[in-house]
Amino acid sequence: MTLSSEAQGSWYIVTALVENKPGVLFRVTNLFRARNFNIESITVGSTEQQDLSRMTITTNSDEKTLDQLVKQLRKLIDVVEVKVLDTEKSVYRELALIKMKAVDPTTRSEIINYSTIFRGNILDIAKDTITVEITGTPDKIDAFKSLVEPYGITQLARTGVSALPRGMEN
Amino acid sequence: MTGAKALIHALEKEGVDVVFGLPGGANLPIYDALVGANLRHILVRHEQSAAHMADGYARIKRKSGVCFATSGPGATNLITGIATAYADSSPVVAVTGQVPLNMIGKDAFQETDIIGVANPCTKYSFQPRVVTEIPETVKKAFYIAESGRPGPVLIDIPKDVQQATADMKFPDLIKVRGYNPVVDANLSELSKAVDLLLKSERPIIMAGGGVILSGAFSELQALAELLMIPVVTTFKGKGAFPENHPLAMGPIGMHGHAEANKIILEADLILAIGARFSDRSVGRFDEFGKGMNIIHMDIDPAEIGKNKSVDVAIVGDVKSSLRTLVKLLSKKTAKKEADNPWLRRRKELIQYFADTIKDYPREITARKSLKILRELLPAEAIVTTEVGQCQMWASLHFDVISPGTFFSSTGLGTMGFGFPASIGAKAARPKVPVVDIAGDGSFNMTENSLAVSVLEKLPVIVFLMNNYMLGMVAQWQRTFYNRRYSGVHQKNCPDYVKIADAYGAQGIRAESAKDLEKAIKAAIKSDVATVIDIPIDPDEDVYPFVAPGTGLKDMITGA
Repeated sequence: MTLSSEAQGSWYIVTALVENKPGVLFRVTNLFRARNFNIESITVGSTEQQDLSRMTITTNSDEKTLDQLVKQLRKLIDVVEVKVLDTEKSVYRELALIKMKAVDPTTRSEIINYSTIFRGNILDIAKDTITVEITGTPDKIDAFKSLVEPYGITQLARTGVSALPRGMEN
Repeated sequence: MTGAKALIHALEKEGVDVVFGLPGGANLPIYDALVGANLRHILVRHEQSAAHMADGYARIKRKSGVCFATSGPGATNLITGIATAYADSSPVVAVTGQVPLNMIGKDAFQETDIIGVANPCTKYSFQPRVVTEIPETVKKAFYIAESGRPGPVLIDIPKDVQQATADMKFPDLIKVRGYNPVVDANLSELSKAVDLLLKSERPIIMAGGGVILSGAFSELQALAELLMIPVVTTFKGKGAFPENHPLAMGPIGMHGHAEANKIILEADLILAIGARFSDRSVGRFDEFGKGMNIIHMDIDPAEIGKNKSVDVAIVGDVKSSLRTLVKLLSKKTAKKEADNPWLRRRKELIQYFADTIKDYPREITARKSLKILRELLPAEAIVTTEVGQCQMWASLHFDVISPGTFFSSTGLGTMGFGFPASIGAKAARPKVPVVDIAGDGSFNMTENSLAVSVLEKLPVIVFLMNNYMLGMVAQWQRTFYNRRYSGVHQKNCPDYVKIADAYGAQGIRAESAKDLEKAIKAAIKSDVATVIDIPIDPDEDVYPFVAPGTGLKDMITGA
């Protein structure tokens, strides 16, 4: 269930429906810190239900730690539902903004080419930099990143993974 | 109605009859609303003790104990007590005042983000920001604190919310969407447990604090007697099973009974009931229960597999799970005989260690004094402890006869817990003697609760085994640091008889067995708290001892 080529061990996507009220993100992240759970990314956003938010958490753990993470999350009063997604039966995406040094024309055209192949968008071209938006699985973003690394990445922002199961559940 | 009045009324509706607390600037409206209320307020001398009193009350009543404190330092002083309750799954509801809403985040005088501070040591916390939320908040707080695996809940109320007025609705029923504590155990797991239990030749029951929390005493006894299974407990589970019962083996663990630590290594099946496999109970997780079948019954699903992987997991209230288990077993088997090789082995181990482990050679020792205490106390007396050597001696040498009459700060190990907790227990059950088995270092931390005990007419007995030493630390320095003592001497200060006297309590020094008997008898009859100061030798160690990071098989008996 590898999501990212950079990872050692197993990657999992955990989604949680949580009460949409102040302090919930704090309770969740404080739990991870206190229990030594290793989190690679966490995203929070609104859902189809006004009073619920969805958290998507990616973690690189062994199965025993994952089991504890899920159980401890479920134990939080503000957490309504927790699922470990089967990545084969889910859709998941991450967005990355990558700013690279690009002064000479060859570099510029190479970057633009790569970004087209990766279905990225050029968001900004300045005198000496290009900023690209890449959306995809973490794997794809990693691949693009390593491709353009030699040009010199000056700034990078990744959103973390958002995910949903495919089709109707149950 | 003001928010403060709504709070008090909601507490009354929950059946609260006593609150432990201390006022300050940010909870003045609450204290004003207490005037004329139908509940007793017990004024403490330090908020930590208020939380311990509420905790002691809760453990004996088996419903929420309530404490009040003001914002800032009042609230942070509660934290040690709240963390203690959290570690031992005790339902404490703490109500703190907070600076007014418009001052939150401005670093106002006596402002602390107590919700943030308390988060890791509460089951849940609330900060009602609209006055009409108060009744529902209180209802939810009690529901969360007492149901499932119990635990402390904090309600932090900004001062202006306490003062605001509104028409209030007091709900009788509430639902918390993300909180559905499991109650009914899975039948197929139960029948797996039945098969394993019937196949086992050397089963052991390991009873934890969950048995006490759910009051599953008779169910546990029924199971043990049906299959004639020896019963060890964890330290938190001490007294879940009568310790004078022919199947009882006492607590296992770092300072467990030697025979208990030994027999659990020889078992082929461990039935852990309401226990969490703590390091202090089981030693090394990887070694414990190796090659044995383990059945784990607990109400908290997160405990399953946390420290120990198990073969069968029965999630649910242990009282109802045990009842079903006994029913299923009774259909398949008759009551087992009282004699078999395994039970003979039990007797042999008890005899062996009784012969080998000798008492420390002094006229008065911890062991001797605790045996005398047991003889003179009625079975229904409540006993709690301070933390350190005194606590482990209590575990080793004081047998709990009536289930559920013993408790201690077992998880957090909070020095200063026992004395205020004993006052809380006395408030919960005023008619029985309540004893705090104490050491000087620990008692010294909250001894100012003597004022509370005397003024509130809650006479408890402080059974003070006094070596003027932070004895457990000293023992570790003797054992692991080549007797290099560092920061452990209390240097004969203070005089505990005079301390008792100064508070209007009774102080008695007992230097011989005869003195001690007299003192205990006087204390049981006394209308005020009694401190029995029992000088013991500072070199007396607690044995047996399983050193940290080792397994139960590495137990040192000191013999």
